Amino acid sequence: MLKTWSIFKREVASYFLSPIAYVMGAVFLLLSGYFFSIILMATRSAGLQGTFGNMAVTFMFVAPALTMRLLAEEKKLGTDELLLTSPVSITSIVVGKYLASVLTYLVFLAATLVYVAVLRHYGNPDMGPIYSGYLGMSLLGASCLAAGTFASALTENQMVAGVVGFGILLLFWILGWVSAAVPGPVGHAISMLSILKHFDDFQKGIMDLSHIIFYLSFIFVFLFLAVRTIDSRRWSA
Amino acid sequence: MIEVKNLTKTYGRARGVEHLTFSVEQGEILGFLGPNGAGKTTTMRIITGYLAATSGNVKVAGYDVFEDPMEARRRIGYLPENPPLYREMTVRGYLHFVCEIKGIPKARRAGHIARVVEACALGPVYGRLIQNISRGFKQRVGLAQALLGDPGVLVLDEPTVGLDPRQIIEIRELIRGLGGKHTIILSSHILPEVSMVCGRVVIINNGRLVAVDTPEGLARRLRGSRCLAVRVRGPRDEVVSQVGSLAGVRSVMLEKAEAGALANGSGGEVLLSLETELASDVREALFFRMAELGWPILEMRFVDLSLEDVFLRLTTEEKLEDASEVAASA
Repeated sequence: MLKTWSIFKREVASYFLSPIAYVMGAVFLLLSGYFFSIILMATRSAGLQGTFGNMAVTFMFVAPALTMRLLAEEKKLGTDELLLTSPVSITSIVVGKYLASVLTYLVFLAATLVYVAVLRHYGNPDMGPIYSGYLGMSLLGASCLAAGTFASALTENQMVAGVVGFGILLLFWILGWVSAAVPGPVGHAISMLSILKHFDDFQKGIMDLSHIIFYLSFIFVFLFLAVRTIDSRRWSA
Repeated sequence: MIEVKNLTKTYGRARGVEHLTFSVEQGEILGFLGPNGAGKTTTMRIITGYLAATSGNVKVAGYDVFEDPMEARRRIGYLPENPPLYREMTVRGYLHFVCEIKGIPKARRAGHIARVVEACALGPVYGRLIQNISRGFKQRVGLAQALLGDPGVLVLDEPTVGLDPRQIIEIRELIRGLGGKHTIILSSHILPEVSMVCGRVVIINNGRLVAVDTPEGLARRLRGSRCLAVRVRGPRDEVVSQVGSLAGVRSVMLEKAEAGALANGSGGEVLLSLETELASDVREALFFRMAELGWPILEMRFVDLSLEDVFLRLTTEEKLEDASEVAASA
């Protein structure tokens, strides 16, 4: 636990000492701000419903870029030899690094609270869907980062990690469209795996436990796979 | 302190190391010598738990590195071939981070860090970013990292590679000073380095153990014997066995044989190198024996063997396929 904290601290410092966090944050906030203003002007309603949906999609593009470094760079620079030969479990390493990316994301997300301040200053927004929307955004973002962390465990090449991470997220996004093409329970079951599908209810102000469990399971599965991937590397190379 | 038993690691179909067995006593400095690609790094990575072995086992301070990895790792300081440094950190920040992941209690960190900074002479770069310091300092930061937490065992993979001559001397002195207190495995492909620092040497080649001895023992092998190069015209196998049977000849190695020498009876040129005892001069006996059998000696001279030659001989023997058929006798 203590060592997870050490890994986490170092990783957070590394994010904010390099340009990555600032560039990714700027891109994410620029696009989010654009969506917020356009939607606000078009609908003239004090809410964040459409904005959340667009922010979610934007972050699916940003997340792999944020996580591609995490484990791939350690392998590339050989610093994984320090971590993996220290009395630290692989789980601590992966979780510590993953949580650092989540914190970075939450910092971006916190900056979008400006929109809420704007809405409250000029209007009277319904706060329910905004609270649930932020919870949904946090869970969705954390899920995207978990998939990206797994992709980063697969390779020492950051580019490859980024592309694979994006591919995984794209796949879990378009699964939601399957229900239109495949009728019946099979299509429904597949579309239930879509990470955006579970986000819809949060936008409407519904906090359903099943959605929360879905995201937490998604995160758990990908972090587990990342740990197993790192562990299995000892046997191959 | 370190026990390696029957260690084998295969990469797909290629072999990394094969049936490696050796042990290192408490306080000993063991040199791990071999050409590049011999399996030194692989072996060290297995000892430190970075890689898993295909078969065999490794015990560090009584703990099996596969079954009890955390306990074993607490007792090992490891300097990989490329020092594992985070470039964006300061030396101070890096050493603190290493203390944390090694689980050194907060109250004792400052003391530990002060000691390794002193030992590795890192004072001048302590507050600087690692990406801005010289190669020599980076290597020393890597060594400082390995020393943190006062591990009983140090595994150092090519600790002097890429350093300038003065830095090499400094690092060697430092390592020599660590012996006694720490048990050290140190790899190198430079023989004099190993003989200067280490109490015992393991030579490996193509993943196999070739020799284990003290540097003095290796030197004695040389000084205790002389190498005689002989060129004879005669049938190969018989020449070898006849020469080998002479008193004072320790071993015979077939260096080269002409095609004609392969057929029995007829003759071709056979070049042998003989390891002979220092005390006896076999030249005359060799001359009369060969004369008796009617095989003319075309050339005969003493060859000086340096430590480098022994290393080369020990590690290149396998490539001379003809030589493998020749049995040594004394």
